[in-house]
Amino acid sequence: MSGFPWLTLLVVLPLVGAIAVFAVKERSIKVTALAVATADLLISLPLWWLFDASSGEMQFMESARWIPSLSINYRLGLDGISLPLVLMTTVLMPLCILISWHSIEIRMRSFMAMLLIMESAMIGVFTALDFVLFYVFWEAMLIPMYLLIGIWGGPNRLYAAIKFLLYTLAGSVLLLVAILVLYFQGGHTFDIVQLSQGTYSNSLQFWLFLAFFAAFAVKVPMFPFHTWLPDAHVEAPTAGSVILASVLLKMGTYGFLRFSLPMLPDASQAFTPVMVALSIIAIIYGAYMALAQSDLKKLIAYSSVSHMGFVTLGLFMFNIQGIEGAVMQMVNHGITTGGLFLCVGMIYERTHSRQIADNTGLTKPMPRYATFLVIFSLSSLGLPGTNSFVGEFMVLAGAFLWSKIATALALLGIILAAAYLLWMVQRVAFGVPHPHMLPKLRDVNLREMITVVPLVVLIFVIGIFPNPILTRMHPSVEKVIARVFPPAAEHASAMRQADPFSPTVERITSPTGPAFGQGAQVSPEGQPQ
Amino acid sequence: MTFSAADLFLVLPELLVVMAACIVFVLDPVLRASDKDGLVWLSLGTLAVCMGLTASHIQAPATIFSGLVVIDAYGAFWKLLLYFVTGLTILLSHSYLKEEQLYFGEYYGFVLLSLSGMMVMVSSADLLTLYLGTELMSLSLYVMAGLKRSEPRSLEASAKYFVLGAFSSGILLYGISLLYGATGSTRLPEIAAAISGRNLDDPLLLFATILLTVGFGFKLAVVPFHMWTPDVYQGAPTSVTAFMAVASKAASFGAFLRVFMEGLGGLKANWSAMFLLLCLATLILGNVLALVQTNVKRMLAYSSIAHAGYALIGVVATGHMENSSGIASVLLYLTLYAFMTFGAFAIVAMLRKGGIEGVDIEDFTGLAKRHPVAALLMLIFMVSLAGIPPTAGFIGKLYVFMSAVEAGLPWLAAVALIFAVISAYYYLRLVMVMYMREPSDLSSTSPRMVMSPALSIVLACAVAGVVIFGIYPNPLVNFAMHAVSALK
Repeated sequence: MSGFPWLTLLVVLPLVGAIAVFAVKERSIKVTALAVATADLLISLPLWWLFDASSGEMQFMESARWIPSLSINYRLGLDGISLPLVLMTTVLMPLCILISWHSIEIRMRSFMAMLLIMESAMIGVFTALDFVLFYVFWEAMLIPMYLLIGIWGGPNRLYAAIKFLLYTLAGSVLLLVAILVLYFQGGHTFDIVQLSQGTYSNSLQFWLFLAFFAAFAVKVPMFPFHTWLPDAHVEAPTAGSVILASVLLKMGTYGFLRFSLPMLPDASQAFTPVMVALSIIAIIYGAYMALAQSDLKKLIAYSSVSHMGFVTLGLFMFNIQGIEGAVMQMVNHGITTGGLFLCVGMIYERTHSRQIADNTGLTKPMPRYATFLVIFSLSSLGLPGTNSFVGEFMVLAGAFLWSKIATALALLGIILAAAYLLWMVQRVAFGVPHPHMLPKLRDVNLREMITVVPLVVLIFVIGIFPNPILTRMHPSVEKVIARVFPPAAEHASAMRQADPFSPTVERITSPTGPAFGQGAQVSPEGQPQ
Repeated sequence: MTFSAADLFLVLPELLVVMAACIVFVLDPVLRASDKDGLVWLSLGTLAVCMGLTASHIQAPATIFSGLVVIDAYGAFWKLLLYFVTGLTILLSHSYLKEEQLYFGEYYGFVLLSLSGMMVMVSSADLLTLYLGTELMSLSLYVMAGLKRSEPRSLEASAKYFVLGAFSSGILLYGISLLYGATGSTRLPEIAAAISGRNLDDPLLLFATILLTVGFGFKLAVVPFHMWTPDVYQGAPTSVTAFMAVASKAASFGAFLRVFMEGLGGLKANWSAMFLLLCLATLILGNVLALVQTNVKRMLAYSSIAHAGYALIGVVATGHMENSSGIASVLLYLTLYAFMTFGAFAIVAMLRKGGIEGVDIEDFTGLAKRHPVAALLMLIFMVSLAGIPPTAGFIGKLYVFMSAVEAGLPWLAAVALIFAVISAYYYLRLVMVMYMREPSDLSSTSPRMVMSPALSIVLACAVAGVVIFGIYPNPLVNFAMHAVSALK
C-alpha cells in the first residue's frame, strides 16, 4: 500500500526503544523510555486529523507478505473503532513511564523495556488486520505483563502473575483454533476484512462464538471469568495496573466488536440474552464487591468489572447508541480508571499502604491530590459533564431500546458506583488524617501533575465535546451493525446523511425508534442469514 | 548389487563423517592432551564440508546402491538439521566435558559415528539400511550416555538405554521381517506397490505396522514407549542429553516418516488411527508428568516427550488428508524444536554448583540477578517451548495445528492447545524462579555459570534460531514444503 507507514512506525518505535534502553547509560534509561513513548504519542496524534471521518473503511492500510506459504500477511489498518483506542494507548504510555519514575527501585532497564514492548503489542492488537498477526500481538503481551506483575509487583505477586498468565492463555488457545477453522471455512485467508464479509453456517458460528467468547470474556473480564483481575490489579505495580485496566481489558471488548459481531452475526444475536445477562451480573456484582473493599486498588479493580459490564452490554445491543456508547465507554474507562490507578499509585508511594483506613483526610495536607481524586471519582461514577456520562448514557439509551428491565437493572450499577466512589472519596479526602502519616503526605509534585493533568483535560473535553470521537467512529460502527442487521443499518445510514453533525443527545432522542425497534423485535427470534 | 563411483560421490557426506570419526579414534591416543582441541576442529571442519555437499544435493533426487539409499531433498533437510545440531553438540561438549573432567577424544568420534548412523537413517530407501543406521546411531549413543563412568546415574542411564534400545530394535526388526513376509521386499517403493492392491485389513500387514510403530515409538519416545527417556536424559552427560533429545529424535522422525509415507502410505487409515491414540497419550502424559518434576533435566525430558506428541499431530493429520502439509508441519516443528530444546539444555549444562551440575529448579533461583543474559536466554527458550508468540515455538505449533484443522480435527488442536497451557505452567515456573525469587545467599556454593566462546556461539545460534524463525519463518517453511514434495 502507498502512503507513509504510520502504523508500522507506531508499532516498531517502542520495540526499538525497548532495545535502546538496554544500550543507554544508567541515568538516561528513564529519559530514553519517556522520549520513545512521547515520540510514539506525537506520531499517533496526526492520525486523528488525517483520519477520514466519513469513511467506515480501514485507513492507513499497510500490507506486506510475511509467511506467504501459509498465506499469513503483515497487514495493518485503522478504522473509527481502533483509532480512539490506539490514541488512548499512546496517551497513557508516557504517563505510565512518568508515574514509575521513582516508584520502581529494581531493574529499571528491564521495567522500561517491558512497558515499551507492551505498548508495541497493544498498538499491534488494535491495528492488526491479519488474524494471525493479531494473535501474535495478542499473546506477545502476556509474557511482559507476567514479568511486570511477577517482578515488580506486591507481596502476593507470584500467585497473581501466574494466575493472570494461565487464565488469559487458557482463554486464548481456543481463539487460535477458531482462527484456523475460520481460515479453512472463510476461503483460505487470514484477512480480517475479508473474513468479516463471509457467511458461515449457524452451527459453525455457534462454536466459533464460544471459542471467541472464551478468549475475549477472560480478557474483558466478564462475570464468571473475572477472578484473575482483582489479584493482578492489586499486585501489579502502578504502571502495570494502569495498562491492565486501561488497555488490556479493552482488548477483550475490542475483540467482540472486531471479530464476534461482524464475523458471527447470527451467533452474536443468538447469544445476546446470555451476554446481556452476564453484563448485568458483572455491573451489579462488580459494584457490590467494590462497596466491600478496604483496599483502594481492589475497589477500583472491582469497579472495572462493573464498568466493563456496561461496555459489553452496549456492544450486544446492536444499535448505534449501544455500540458507540460502548466504544466511548472503552475510551472513558481507560482514561478515568487509568487516572484512579495513578492516584492510588501516588498515595502508595507516600504512605506505602493502599488501605483506605490508612489514607484518610488527604484534603488538608494534599489539596491538589484530593482535587484530582475527586475529579476522577466523579468521572468514574458518570457525573454529567465528564466523559463517562456520555458513554454510560449512550449505552443505557441503547439498552433501553432493547429491554427496559435490563436498563433498569444496569442503572443499579450507576447508583452503586455513586455509593462506593463517594464513600471512598468521603473517607480518603475528607476523613481525619492519621497523625503519624502526616509527615509523609507531600502534595503532588510537578512530575505527578504532568502525569494526571492530561487525563483530567481529556475527561472534560470528551465530556463536553464527545462529537469528534463519535463522528469518527460512526461509519465504522454502522458497518458492524450492517453485518448484524442489514436493513436497520441502512436506515440509520440514511438518518446520518440527513444530519451528519447532529449532537449526540439529539441523535439518540431523534425518531430512530422504528429502525431500532425493528431490530429489537427481530433479535429474539434470531434473524436468519 | 552394483554401484558406481557416482554413487559413492553422492554418499560422500556419509563417508566423510565416518572417515573423520575413524581419524578421531586413531589420533586420540597419540595426541598430547593440549593438542586434542584439534579433534574438535577436525570434526567441525568435516561438518562444514558435509553441509556444503548436502546442500548441493537438494535439487536432484537419486536412488543409489540398487535402491538401498535415496539422496533427495527430504533427506537433505534432515541432514542439514543434523549437521547443525551435531556442530552445536561438539561446541557445547568442548566446554562441558572439561568442566566435568570427562575429556575423552573418542567422544567426538562417537558423536560423528552416531551422526553417520542418523544420516543413513534419513536417506535409506530400504528397511534394512534403515535398521543399520538405527543401530549405528544407538550403539554410539549407549556409549556416550555412560560416559560419566564414575557416576552411577550415568551408568544406569547407559544400561537402561541399551536394554530398552536393544529391545525396541528387536521389535523393529520383527516388524520388518513380517512386512517382508507380507510384501516380499524390504525396499520402500516395492512395499508400497505390493500394498496398493491388498486388502488393508490383512492381519499380517496390520501386525507388521503395529510392530514398526512400537519399534519407532521407542526411538521417538512417545507414550507408552517413553519409560526410558527421563532416566536416560537425567543420567547422561547434559551435552549427550541435548544431542539425544534433538538429533536422535529428529533422525528417528525423519526415518519414521519416510517409512510410513513412502512404504506404508497405503495404510494411512490404519496407522493414523493408531497415532491418534499415541499422540493423545503423549500429549497428556508428557505434559502432566513434567508438571511435577523438580529436576530441570527430567522436566525437559518430559517436555521433549510432550513435543513429540505435538509433532505427531502433523502425522495424524496427514492420515486424514490428501496433501502432505501435515508432514511439512512435522519437519518444521522438529527443526524449531531443535533450536529451543538445545538452547535450554545448553543453559542447564553451563550452570555449575560446586563442581557438579546445578540441575534442580531451585538452582536457578535468582539467576536473573547473577547472570541476566543467561536468564534472558532461558526465558526466551522457555517461552518458545511453551509456544507463546513471537517465538519459533509458536510458529511450529501454528503450522501443526493448521494441518490438524485442515484435516478436520479441530478438536485435536484444541486438546493439544489446552495441554500447551498446562505446559506454560511448568516452563514459566523456571522463569518465575529465575526472575521473581531472590537468591538465598551469594556464597561460593551458590550456582555459577560457566562461559566460554564456544558456549557463546552455541547459545547465540540457538537463540537466533528461536527469534529469527519466530519472526520470519518463511524460508524454513518453504524448505520444509520442498523437502516433503520429494517424498513419494
